[in-house]
Amino acid sequence: MNAKSSPLAIVPALVLALLLIPIGVATLSLLGTALDWKGGWWSHSLEPLQSASGSFEAVLNTPGFWTSAGLSYWIGILTALISLTIVMLFIATFLSSGWFVWIWGIMKPVLAVPHAVAAFGLLFLIAPSGFLIRLVSPELSGFERPPDWLVVNDPAGLSLALGLILKEIPFLFFVTMAALPQTDFRRTRIAASMGYGRIWSWFLSVFPGVYLQIRLPVFAVIAFASSTIDVALILGPVAPPTLSVRILHWMNDPDLSMRTTAAAGAIIQVAITLLAVLTWWAGEYLVLNLGRMAALRGWRFKRDKFLRFLSSLLMATSVLVVSVGLVLLALWSFAGVWRFPDALPRVWTLRSWSAEASNLWATGVRATIIALGAATLSLALVLASLENEYRSNRRATRLAWWTIYVPLLVPQIAFVGGLSVLFIRFSIDGTLWAVILVHMIFTYPYIYLTLSDPWNTFDTRYLSVARSLGKSMNRAFWTIRLPILLRPVLAAFALGFAVSIAQYLPTLLIGAGRQPTLTTEAIALASGGNRRVIGTYALVQTLLPLIVFALANLVPKLLWANRAGLQVRSVE
Amino acid sequence: MTDPTKKPTPAGLQLDNVEIFQGPRKLLGMHAIIGPGEILTLMGASGSGKSTLISAIAGFLPRSFSCTGNILLNGQSITSLPAEKRRVGVLFQDPLLFPHFSVLQNILFALPPGGKMAERCDKARSLLHDISMGEFADRDPDTLSGGQKARVALARVIASRPNALLLDEPFSKLDADLRDSMRQLVSAEVTRRKIPTLLVTHDKADAIAIDGPVLTL
Repeated sequence: MNAKSSPLAIVPALVLALLLIPIGVATLSLLGTALDWKGGWWSHSLEPLQSASGSFEAVLNTPGFWTSAGLSYWIGILTALISLTIVMLFIATFLSSGWFVWIWGIMKPVLAVPHAVAAFGLLFLIAPSGFLIRLVSPELSGFERPPDWLVVNDPAGLSLALGLILKEIPFLFFVTMAALPQTDFRRTRIAASMGYGRIWSWFLSVFPGVYLQIRLPVFAVIAFASSTIDVALILGPVAPPTLSVRILHWMNDPDLSMRTTAAAGAIIQVAITLLAVLTWWAGEYLVLNLGRMAALRGWRFKRDKFLRFLSSLLMATSVLVVSVGLVLLALWSFAGVWRFPDALPRVWTLRSWSAEASNLWATGVRATIIALGAATLSLALVLASLENEYRSNRRATRLAWWTIYVPLLVPQIAFVGGLSVLFIRFSIDGTLWAVILVHMIFTYPYIYLTLSDPWNTFDTRYLSVARSLGKSMNRAFWTIRLPILLRPVLAAFALGFAVSIAQYLPTLLIGAGRQPTLTTEAIALASGGNRRVIGTYALVQTLLPLIVFALANLVPKLLWANRAGLQVRSVE
Repeated sequence: MTDPTKKPTPAGLQLDNVEIFQGPRKLLGMHAIIGPGEILTLMGASGSGKSTLISAIAGFLPRSFSCTGNILLNGQSITSLPAEKRRVGVLFQDPLLFPHFSVLQNILFALPPGGKMAERCDKARSLLHDISMGEFADRDPDTLSGGQKARVALARVIASRPNALLLDEPFSKLDADLRDSMRQLVSAEVTRRKIPTLLVTHDKADAIAIDGPVLTL
């Protein structure tokens, strides 16, 4: 009709620019640096290389390179496999019970806990000097001093995978919940009535449809786990560390010629992540065929009681570990004297808080400004994108979905590392707005993915009514759609805020160390091992997103207290 | 029904060789004039494109459809106007009261702009009073019964002073006993305010109760 000249028409171009230009820049930077192409922004301030292929050789010849690379590959697959299995078994077990909504209510806040905080909590819980061993010491274990065990930072990366799994479970739970309404799960009843076990019924009748919808998020989990930096700095192996951590060290090396090694390393990191995703792809094929074979032979798998019990146990444990971890962080932040075998501190004090108060305030305010900026701008862009889809009567295509997922699928060390080369070249690194802009690359996808579903299921006849009552498209947007969708809009904003607060690498590299936030400070403290100070930073880092989540929940409730049509109704 | 071959009268809703296409396929064609206060009933099975015709007249035809011919309202062509400038009211199957507004606010939203707030409230209240919903002004729409919601939806569309009214099976979701009183109410309001009205339905009882001209697709 006559909406063609609408200013919203430029929105898709803006989004593409936000998501794809950085990828192009990063790719050029990395290739240009690693292969020593002359004349680009990347060749600024670089020592000339001896030979063009020298950088890749340097990476491959680093002692322990194959161990590092293998770790990244293995952690990526292990994390995705375990978290996906737990979430799927759990949902299969509980889908038809009233418990389900309740449990989802508990899971949601865990989504707001930054990765690094969950990792610190786990560290304080399972480390040799951690809470679990203290609980049984010295009475049961006989330990008077922490045992010399490699429980965390183990060379196989198991504790690292565990720390990642704690956070990927709520993430996969969340994307599955979004996919469920589009699947008719009465199908499980048909299978069950034919004598198929409860979990197996789900796997045969619902899982294939759900999995297709959560496939990109699963790939994102693999990519994230195989290239994480912050969690690896806290829980990962040290000699040698995972590949991504080594790349970060090369990037930060005072010897500028190491930048070419870093760039080559980042390219290899992308290849390893890709390899992990391809392996997963092959695994999908295997599972599909095994499942089909079992189904066609009519195997019932009726005895799944143990599996159902196990799935509940693992899910409950994952929530419990994160919660106890948070409590431990709080305890440490107020702890005075807390010697080894004591389960609780002997003396309580506010000293850690008062000593860190001014820096906590400064980094906290900066983190909040960055997160508010990134979440607000992304939300505005997402709303414009969705409104544009509605007005031009076009839904996001498959290609558009891939584009939105690009920032979540490319290893951050390569993406942000490559991007920072351009920022440094033009001396725009280290500024607040540069950090906000780069955070937006990551908040936009999360906000879009959270909001697109409620936005698209909105009954647009409300808008037709408003327009036939003489209101313009814009009036209908502001006075009808936005207020009615206030709850999901604020929830998406809160998630974007949490995503920004948790960003480590973009803040570090684009901020050039001049824009320290709670997250970069906390992780800088990790190597020092001062648990009291870590506790204060990690606690504030968790509280900020939790407060925003609580407000996002509370505001619509208060505003629409007398509007029954806008209250949450139970899923059943 | 007014004879479509007669010279076009300026008053009323005129569909001048209106044809609706889905891609290359012709969905339906219609040539009719609906006079002020007249209700034309259009009967058709589901899938016959009745609702699409309503979208075309009201101005929100989806992009996958196209419309040829001319739609005139009181002699003026509205074919290329955006929905909000057409002054064509629509009642859907569902009342679609805005859930974040009170009953009164729903009416205030529909009233044409202008006037002091107190006057607007008086106007809105008297409209609610006309449909015996006066005492429900401050209620949350979600707490009303189905019949009450339907009446408020009628009052709301009337409040916007439409030059024509389109009814898209507005009675089909009501209980049988409510349906008849709602038909009478709509018919009375439309006649009293001289609004040309198009009713699309698949229910013969609607056509019989409304007692106006009937077209079948």
